[in-house]
Amino acid sequence: MFLINCPFCGEREQSEFKAGGEAHIERPKQPTELSDDEWAEFLFMRKNIKGVQFERWNHAHGCRKWFNIARDTSNDQIKAVYKMGEKPPVK
Amino acid sequence: MKNKYSIFSLIKNAFSYHENWEKAWKDPEPKKEYEAIIVGGGGHGLATAYYLAKKHNMKNIAVVEKGWIGGGNTGRNTTIIRSNYLWDASAGLYDHALKIWEGLSQELNYNVMFSQRGVINLAHNLQDVRDLKRRTHANRLNGIDAVYLNTEGVKKFCPIINTSQDIRYPVLGGTLQRRAGTARHDAVAWGYARGADEMGVDIIQNCEVKGIKRNGDKVEGIETNKGFIKAKKIAVAAAGHSSVIANMAGLKLPLESKPLQALVSEPVKPIIDTVVMSNAVHAYVSQSDKGELVIGAGTDDYISYSQKGSHDIVEGTLNAILELYPIFSRMRMLRQWGGIVDICPDASPIISKTSIKGLYFNCGWGTGGFKATPGSGDLFAHTIANDEPHKLNAAFNLNRFVSGDLVDEHGAAAVAH
Amino acid sequence: MSKNLRFKSSKLVDETYRISFKFNNKTYYGYKGDTLASALLANDVHLVGRSFKYHRPRGIMTAGSEEPNAIIQLHDNTSRTEPNVRATEIEIYEGLVASSQNCWPSVNFDIGGINNILSPILPAGFYYKTFMWPKSFWEKYEYFIRKSAGLGKSPKEADPDIYEHKYIHCDVLIIGAGISGIMAAKMSAKNGLKTLLVDEKSFLGGSTIYDNSEFSKINNQITSSWLEKEINEISKLENLEIKTRTSVAAFHGYNFLLARENLTDHLPINQRENKIRHRLLKIRAKKVISATGAMERPLIFDNNDRPGILLSSAIKKYIDLYGVACGENNILFTNNDTAYETAMSLVQRGIKVNAIIDNREQIDSKLSYEVEKNNIRIFKGYTVVDTYGYKRINGLTIMELSKDGQKVIGKKIKLSCDSLGVSGGWTPAVHLFTQSGGKLKFREDDQVFIPNKYPSDQLSVGSCNGDLGLDEITINTVLSVKKFLNINNTDYKTFEIVTAINKSKRNIWLLPSNKILGKTKSFVDYQNDATAKDIKLALREGFRSIEHVKRYTTTGMGTDQGKLGNMHALGIISETAGTKMGEHGTTTFRPPYTPLTFGTIVGRNVGEFFDIIRRTPIHDWHVANNAKFENVGQWKRAWYYPNKNENMHQAVQRESKAARDCAGILDASTLGKIDIQGTDASEFLNRVYTNAWSKLAIGKCRYGLMLNEDGMVYDDGVTTRLDENHYIMTTTTGGAANVLGKLEDYLQTEWPELDVYLSSVTDHYATISVCGPHSKKIVSKVIPDLDFSDEKFPHMSFKNTKIGQIKCRVMRISFTGEQSYEINIQSNYGKSVWEKCMEAGKDFNITPYGTETMHLLRAEKGFIIVGQDTDATMTPIDLQMNWIVSKKKYDFIGKRSLYRSDTIKDNRKQLVGLLTENPEEVLEEGAQIVADIKKLPIEMLGHVTSSYYSPNLNKSIALGVVKGGKKMLGQKLIIPMENKNINVTVADPVFLDKKGERLNAKL
Repeated sequence: MFLINCPFCGEREQSEFKAGGEAHIERPKQPTELSDDEWAEFLFMRKNIKGVQFERWNHAHGCRKWFNIARDTSNDQIKAVYKMGEKPPVK
Repeated sequence: MKNKYSIFSLIKNAFSYHENWEKAWKDPEPKKEYEAIIVGGGGHGLATAYYLAKKHNMKNIAVVEKGWIGGGNTGRNTTIIRSNYLWDASAGLYDHALKIWEGLSQELNYNVMFSQRGVINLAHNLQDVRDLKRRTHANRLNGIDAVYLNTEGVKKFCPIINTSQDIRYPVLGGTLQRRAGTARHDAVAWGYARGADEMGVDIIQNCEVKGIKRNGDKVEGIETNKGFIKAKKIAVAAAGHSSVIANMAGLKLPLESKPLQALVSEPVKPIIDTVVMSNAVHAYVSQSDKGELVIGAGTDDYISYSQKGSHDIVEGTLNAILELYPIFSRMRMLRQWGGIVDICPDASPIISKTSIKGLYFNCGWGTGGFKATPGSGDLFAHTIANDEPHKLNAAFNLNRFVSGDLVDEHGAAAVAH
Repeated sequence: MSKNLRFKSSKLVDETYRISFKFNNKTYYGYKGDTLASALLANDVHLVGRSFKYHRPRGIMTAGSEEPNAIIQLHDNTSRTEPNVRATEIEIYEGLVASSQNCWPSVNFDIGGINNILSPILPAGFYYKTFMWPKSFWEKYEYFIRKSAGLGKSPKEADPDIYEHKYIHCDVLIIGAGISGIMAAKMSAKNGLKTLLVDEKSFLGGSTIYDNSEFSKINNQITSSWLEKEINEISKLENLEIKTRTSVAAFHGYNFLLARENLTDHLPINQRENKIRHRLLKIRAKKVISATGAMERPLIFDNNDRPGILLSSAIKKYIDLYGVACGENNILFTNNDTAYETAMSLVQRGIKVNAIIDNREQIDSKLSYEVEKNNIRIFKGYTVVDTYGYKRINGLTIMELSKDGQKVIGKKIKLSCDSLGVSGGWTPAVHLFTQSGGKLKFREDDQVFIPNKYPSDQLSVGSCNGDLGLDEITINTVLSVKKFLNINNTDYKTFEIVTAINKSKRNIWLLPSNKILGKTKSFVDYQNDATAKDIKLALREGFRSIEHVKRYTTTGMGTDQGKLGNMHALGIISETAGTKMGEHGTTTFRPPYTPLTFGTIVGRNVGEFFDIIRRTPIHDWHVANNAKFENVGQWKRAWYYPNKNENMHQAVQRESKAARDCAGILDASTLGKIDIQGTDASEFLNRVYTNAWSKLAIGKCRYGLMLNEDGMVYDDGVTTRLDENHYIMTTTTGGAANVLGKLEDYLQTEWPELDVYLSSVTDHYATISVCGPHSKKIVSKVIPDLDFSDEKFPHMSFKNTKIGQIKCRVMRISFTGEQSYEINIQSNYGKSVWEKCMEAGKDFNITPYGTETMHLLRAEKGFIIVGQDTDATMTPIDLQMNWIVSKKKYDFIGKRSLYRSDTIKDNRKQLVGLLTENPEEVLEEGAQIVADIKKLPIEMLGHVTSSYYSPNLNKSIALGVVKGGKKMLGQKLIIPMENKNINVTVADPVFLDKKGERLNAKL
C-alpha cells in the first residue's frame, strides 16, 4: 500500500485516500455547445496511461482535500504530489 | 485431429513413457503478413482465432502475445461462469457463452473441466432482495435458468454459509443459477491454442506490440519486437492493456485499468461444492478440484498496471469471508495475486469496430471476462470476419458511450464478476 | 517399543520437561523445545503423510518452513483443528494431537496408494486429456477427483481463538535473526535507529547458532559461542525490539510488510483461553534489511522422496539443536561441502555415517580430510541412482558419474542405510525480496539467483544475498549495512575467520540414471508429486515458460510453494531447452511467504466488529418498543414496530393507517445533512441541483434532485435556506457520504472560485418527523412558543426555535403527503424530544412508524426513492419529473447528458403507477412487466420498483418503470410470474390526494 504525501497533512497511509482518476480533465465551461462526441470524450474517454500518469486523489479520511499526484502506473511509484490548480511537474 | 486426447491415448502413450506426445501448439516465428492478427493470447484472443479459423474460414491468422499465452487475466481469475445477467443484451451475450461452455471440452478435445456446480448470489439487505428478484424474473423471461432462494433455501444448497439472522448483514436470500459453475482457466487458453494451432493459426509468444501502423483511417500492420507484421485486420483482445494498444493507434477508450486481487487457501478435502458470491459484503468463494478455496476480492480504485493491489482489499475480502463462513478462520491463505482489469463506465464490455478501419477491440470486461471467453471469441470473430457485429454483440459497441445507450450492469447493482 | 534416538546435550531442548503428545492415536513423548518433527524423529517415526497425487509414503524432509511432506492435521474433530500444519514448525505442547492427512484408512495402509501403480497413465496434465466422455459425465468424474484431492480437512466449527492487528513504525526492520541479521541489528540499534528484528523461529541465531565445531571460528571463538555473545549483547539494546516466532508473510511496496507474530501456538490448549493467538504486524519501515538466509537444495534422482530421506542440513540441525538422530546408519549424498559438516556432527555424537556420496570428483577441504580420518567412505564422482524401502529408506544404489555428468558409468554399488541426507548446495531465500518487486540476477558460479535491483529502500545481507561463506557473510554484512544505514562506526573491526568449507560445488539439476527417464520417479515437487519427467513432458508438449510448466505440472503449487524444488524445475527446463537460466523467467514468489491464517488477516474485525453499526440517538427507544430493524448502509433503521402477535404486514397496515388518520412519528435522523455556507452557496446549489435556487427565500425549503454527470438521478432531498448564505441540505441515508464527496470534488476541483464551505452534520442532529392530521396539535404542545398557524408556518418553510432552552430547527416538509413537521435538535436531546412528542401525541393515537410504512405512504403519493425506483439508468424526465429540470439554467451537473441521442428518446423506461386487476393482489417488487406473453422471446418493458397494499386506498398499488410508459396511461400490461400472469393497468403514479390537499388539511 502506498504512502501518500498529502500536501496538507503530510505522509499518510493509502487507506486514508480515495483515487479520483485521471487529472487535468477540465469540465467544459459550455457543455451545451458540445457535440455528443465531444461530451462523451469528457465524460468517459480516458488515457488510462501505463507509465507516469497525472491523477487526482482525495484525502477522504483526513483533510478531505483533493490534490494531484504524478504516479508511474507500471510500478506504482509516486513521482510527485502537487496541489489542485498547479501545473503538473515535467515528466 | 493429429493427437486426439482420450484415456486410450494416455494408455497407449504410457507404453512409450509419454515420449511421443506432440506439441500442443507450435512456436512459429511470425510471417510477414497475415489476413488478421489478434493482439493478446489470452482466452479471448485465442478463442477469437479459433472461431475465425473454424467458422469463418480464415486460416492465415496470427495471435501475438507479449508474454506467454493465458498468462494474464485468463490465468489469474477465479473461474466463475454464469449468465444470470440483468439486461437482455448481457443475458444474451453471457448465455451464448454458457451454451458453448457446455460442450467446450468435447469441441476442443481438451478437458476444460467445466463444472456446473451452481452459482449463488446472496442478498443482504432489502434492496438486494428487490434487485435479485428483479434479475431472477428477467432471467426467467430470457430463458436463463435462475431461481430465487429464501434464507433456508440458501442454507440448504450451501450448508456452511452462516445464515444466522443475528450477524451484521444477515443473508436474506439469494439467487441460484444451476447451470453456472467454474472451469479450469489454464485449460481454456491451452485448449483453444491447441485447436487454433491445429487449423493453422500461428501463436506467437514473447511478441510484444510496439506500435500500430495506420494509413489514414486504415490499419496496415503492427510493429513488434519481432519486427513489422502486416495485416489488414487487427483485433485487440489485450484486457488490462487495451488502452495501451489503443493509444498506439491514436484512440482513446472509455476504460480504466485497475488492480483486481484473488487468493487461494491451502487445499483441503471438499467443503463447499458450489460457488457463492456476495456483492454487499463483497466476497466470493468456490473450491477448486485441487481443494483450494478460491476467493475473489474487489478492485482497488486507482489505475495500475503493476499487477499488485493493496492489502486492505484482501483484508476486507477475508473479513467478509469469515462473516459468512466462520469455520474458515483457521484456514490459511496460500497464495495471493493480482491482475489488471479494464473497466467500462457501465461495467459491460466492448466488442466493437472502431473509427479506424480494420481495427477491432474486445475489451472492458472488467472483473468478469473469463466466463464470456467462448462467446466473446465467437462474436468477436464474427465481427472481424464480417466487419459487422453479430446481433448478440451489437449493443456492446463503442458508440454507446456517445449516445448514452449504456448497458448498465453496474448501476443495476448486478454483480459483474 | 520404538527406538529412542535422542542424544544428550542438545541446546534447544529442556530434557527436564517431558511432554506427551499423540500422533495417529499413539502416545509419544518429547521435550520442551522440540518441534513435532524432532519429537517424532526421536521416536524413530519418519512416515508422516502421503503425497498429493500418488499417495506415496512421505516423511520429514526439512527442519523448517520449507517442509513439503510432513504436514499434518492438528486436533482433528475439534474447534481448534487445523489442516496442513508443518510438523517442522509446530512446537510440541502437552496435549498436542496430530494425525496424518490424505490417507485412508491410515498412513500405513492407504488405499490411495493405488495411484502410484496407476502412475504410468497419470502423467502431468493427464486430466486435460481425458474424462471427456461421455459428455455429461465430467461432474461424476469430478466428484471422485475432488474427493481424492485436497490434503487436510477444513475446520467445521467457528474458531475459538482471537487475533489482532498491530501497526509498527520503525526506522529499520531486519528480517531474520541469523548471524547477519544479528549483526545488522546491533549496528542499527547502536546507532540510535529504532530497530525491529524478527525471526520465524522461537530462538535467535539462525543456522549459525549450531555451528559449533572446531572447524568454524570467528576471532578465535567457536562461531556459535561468538554469536551467543552477540545475541546476549543485543538483547540489552534499548532501540531494538526483538520478536521471535514472527514470520514475515508479505513484503509490499513502500516498505509495507505484514508479519505474523505467533503468541500461543506453542502453549498447551488450556493455557490459550482469552489470549491472542496471532498478531498481524503491519509494519511500515523506513528501511528494510533482509537477512532471510538460504535454503538447502535437495538433489533430483530416482525415488528421492522416501521417508528417511532428509536435507543434510536438517539432519545436522536435528542432532545439534534437538539431540535427535534421524537414523542409526546414515548416508549423505552431496554436491558440495556442507554435508561433511553434517557428517562431523553425527560422528562426534557417535552416530554411524556409512558413506558420503559426492558428485564431485575432487574434494579438497579440511572437512573432507577430517571425515576421511573418521573412516567414513567417500564415493567421489558418484551419484545415487535408486533408493529402496517403501515406508522408510533401507538402502540405495550408486553409480559413477561420467566426466560431463550426463551419464552414469560402471557398476552399481548397493549400500544400506536408514537415513539419507541430501545436499544440492544452497539457494538464497529471495522470496520476500522478489515479492517487494526486486529483480534478480543469476550467478553462474554456483547457479543461484541473487538480488540485483532493489525497488525500495532495502538491503539484503548474508546468505540471502548470495554470501554463503562465513567470511563473506561477516565482512560483507558489516560493509553493506554501514553504507546502507549511513553509519561510520561499528563494533566490528576485523574478522578472523576459520572455516573448513571449500565452496566448490558440482551442480547437476537432474542427476543421470541407468534407467530411462520414463521409468524413474525423480521428484522435483514432493508435495504435488511433480517429477523431472513431468517437466520434460510439459516441454515436449510445447509448454516453455516456467509459468506454463508450473501450471501444467503443478510444480511449486503446493503449500510449500516450491521452496525446495523451483530451482530444479528452472534448471531442468533450461537444460532441456538448451537455454540460459532465467531466460524462461523465474517463478513469481507470491505472498504470503508461509501460509497465513485467515483469522490472522482479519484480526478483530469479526462478528459485531465486522462493520461499524450506526445507531440514531433514538435507537434505544426503538429497541425498548419492540422495533424490528433494517440495515440501510451502516445504519440500523427502525423497520416497523409490531404489537403483540402482529406480523409485519399487520404492523405496517396499522402504522400506515394511523399516520393518515391521526398522527405518525418517524425517526429520520439517518438522512444525510450537509451544512452549506458561503457567499456563493445559492450559485453552488444552482449548479448541483437540476432546479433553480437563487430565488428561494430565507426560511423556505425546496426539494432538489441531483444528477450524475451522465444525466442519471443520483440523489434527492430537501434543502432549506437558513440564511442569505446558509443552507442545510438533506440527502438519502445511503447516499450521504457520496454526495458530500461529490460536492467537495466539484467545489475544490471544478469551481474553486466559489465561496462555499461544506460540513457533514448528519450525526449532529436528531431528526423527528411528526405527520398526520393531528401533527400540528402535537408539535404545538411540544413547542408551545412557536406559532404553527398555516399563515405563519406554511408548508415548505422552516423556523428556528427552542424546546425549553435547547435550540432547534423545525421544517414543515412532507414525504408522506400529510401535514408534517420535522424537528431537528442536537443529537443528545433526540430521545427526550421524541418522548415528549409521544407524550404530546398520546391523545391523538400518535403511532411510531418505521421505514416500511414510510415507503408505503410515499408510494401512495408517488414519491420516488432513489435507489429503489431508480437504478442509475433513470433521468428526471424518465421519472416524469420534468418540472424539476430547469430550462432556464445554463448548466447543472448532468444537464448536457440529458440531450444525448439515446437519452432524449421518448420511449425510454419511464416511471408509472400500476394497479392490479385484482385489488387484493400485491405485486412482487422486482417482477418484470410485459405487454404480450404470446410472442417469444417475451420482450420485457420494465419492472415493478415498489409495491404495497395500501390500507388508505384499500387496494394494491405499485410503482414501476415501463418503456414508453408516459404514454401508456390506462393501458393493460402483464406481470408474468412463475406460476401465473397478473394483469395490471398503467396508472398515474400519484394514487392518493392528487391535489395535495392533505398537506394543509384541517380537522
